[in-house]
Amino acid sequence: MALPQAKLDATEARLAPLRLPDGAAWARAAREDALSRLRAMGLPGPRDEYWRFTRPDDLNRPDAPPAALHPGDDKPLFSEIDRLKIVFRDGVFDAEASDDLSLEGIEIERLATATATDIHWARDLYGTLEQRGQTPVARPFAALNTAFATDGVVIRATGKVAKPVHLCYLHEETDSDAILHFVVKVEEGADLTLLENGPAAARFNKCLEVEVADGAAFHHVRAQGRDHERRAVTHIFARLGEASTFKSFTLTANGVLTRNEAFIELTGDNATAHIAGAAVGDGTFHHDDTVFVTHDAVNCESRQVFKKVLKNGAVGTFQGKILVKPGAQKTDGYQISQSLLLDEDAQFLAKPELEIYADDVACSHGSTSGAIDEEALFYLRSRGVPASEAQDLLTLAFLAEAIDEIEDQDIAADILGRLEAWLIRHRKD
Amino acid sequence: MLKINNLHVKLEDEDKQILKGVDLDVPAGTVHAIMGPNGSGKSTLSYVLSGRDGYEVTEGTATLEGQDILELEAEERAAAGLFLAFQYPVEIPGVGNMTFMRTALNAQRKARGEDEISAADFLKLIRAKAKELKIDADMLKRPVNVGFSGGEKKRNEILQMALLEPRMCILDETDSGLDVDAMKLVADGVNALRDAGRAFLVITHYQRLLDHIAPDVVHIMADGRIVKSGGPELAIEVETNGYADILAEVA
Repeated sequence: MALPQAKLDATEARLAPLRLPDGAAWARAAREDALSRLRAMGLPGPRDEYWRFTRPDDLNRPDAPPAALHPGDDKPLFSEIDRLKIVFRDGVFDAEASDDLSLEGIEIERLATATATDIHWARDLYGTLEQRGQTPVARPFAALNTAFATDGVVIRATGKVAKPVHLCYLHEETDSDAILHFVVKVEEGADLTLLENGPAAARFNKCLEVEVADGAAFHHVRAQGRDHERRAVTHIFARLGEASTFKSFTLTANGVLTRNEAFIELTGDNATAHIAGAAVGDGTFHHDDTVFVTHDAVNCESRQVFKKVLKNGAVGTFQGKILVKPGAQKTDGYQISQSLLLDEDAQFLAKPELEIYADDVACSHGSTSGAIDEEALFYLRSRGVPASEAQDLLTLAFLAEAIDEIEDQDIAADILGRLEAWLIRHRKD
Repeated sequence: MLKINNLHVKLEDEDKQILKGVDLDVPAGTVHAIMGPNGSGKSTLSYVLSGRDGYEVTEGTATLEGQDILELEAEERAAAGLFLAFQYPVEIPGVGNMTFMRTALNAQRKARGEDEISAADFLKLIRAKAKELKIDADMLKRPVNVGFSGGEKKRNEILQMALLEPRMCILDETDSGLDVDAMKLVADGVNALRDAGRAFLVITHYQRLLDHIAPDVVHIMADGRIVKSGGPELAIEVETNGYADILAEVA
């Protein structure tokens, strides 16, 4: 089907300043395929159902809208955690600022190195998981990412990795436009924790492809924040083997526009996929979680837990789907999306969906919007807790179900500390 | 301790007068009870004193040791030494009981210019107090009042009272929903806190609770006023004859 002219024009305008990076033949082919996909689907427009709640204009335009820099925190997130740090400055790998990439149980290479190598394990994954995620719904910015990503790393975990790998993003140019691509393969029985945080660029397009092999475990904790003028579109594509575990948590604080998409396929029996998010927005904030979980094996469990705290005009959106394919019996699917609206100007839009083609499954979903419980607030105040502190306590209680999805207690404490600080900074008084 | 003078209160959103001139003086070291039929304004009095939204004081005063409490926020009243044991303690999912109580204690200490209590000292303190009220470690760990039985909720109220050591304690129908054993446990907890520097205002429908918490003075409230005051024998009269006789007598 031919695309409308306006869409073709917008897509070509976006592509004009971009060049396909060099690489080995397979990498070049993967990028060219992605470019063809993108041209066939076009960039999202106002009539696209999948973009009904979120305007893509700032992501479509050829140049990045400028974003003010944040001076950085005295004590950056995850700084107390023993980890292997990989630093990207405005979307460019910084070897000086990064730790030595060699670590027992894991291989890490820069994307450019991997894609220049003729025979490489990443060949089977780069753009492959992204392509699988293009049906039934198109994800144009992911295709754009595969085609034009300029940097990133590929990570292969072969055993129990001694410490988490930390992708640390720094933003130093007000108009930087970064496209990063990461490929992660967690081999059979291996266990990897991936951390991500920091303002990456004025505009950030990030794609993470993760293959979790049989019996392997992947834990992912990311924080987006401290760059209020951020425009970001991120994708996670994950494929899960038998009895594997995938757990991903995202904290999002402020940001003009953030769209986090996840496409997770459970392809091996007895696999578990949990994806959770806590988003807090005050003022000019638009946060979109778009999640698609496909059950294509027996006896798998999936959980989607998304909580948003919104005020002062902030908008939160959620599109979440559980697709249970024929034969995916004994599926246990759960999805909850909730918002806490702290005033009458905040807005939450949700579209929860279930599509089930197997008959022996348990799937539930729920979506709610509410205000602070006045009874609880009075109860706390009557015990001497000041109103603002009481409200924060109730807000954190609301977010608890999402934060509880973080398994590592130290990492969870770090995230919680960040949330508490945000709430204090954004108090009314 | 607590002095209420000609207190008139209406609902904020409706033109409905609930309290129509309450006078009450509860000196330190005493236990006063307020009894009265449904709708007489007993619970409203407790809410107005503790600072709940939704009420408007149209006339009169209420002071705690000389300080006008009606001007204060709910949390300031708590820090000043006022405590309300709720008729229906609120369930707060996601907030641990222990976290809640430590936050409350430290907030009050901070408001009074005292140092915050350390986590270790708090643990010691709460365990000792909980033991007296037969509150187990599990109840301390669970979210505030979530999944608690009626008796557990009321014991949890008394635990907070024991922890925060308020000077003026208001108990709003603390006996409701309690069986005899639970009532005795709650009453023992209250009695243990009785001392010369503390006062209690016990709001109840029934004389039963007053068998366990012996009041110095009993007031009968009807239609937004204290209509009769007397000794403990007044409670027994209510239990025997109901409110009708007393109301007829004062009418």
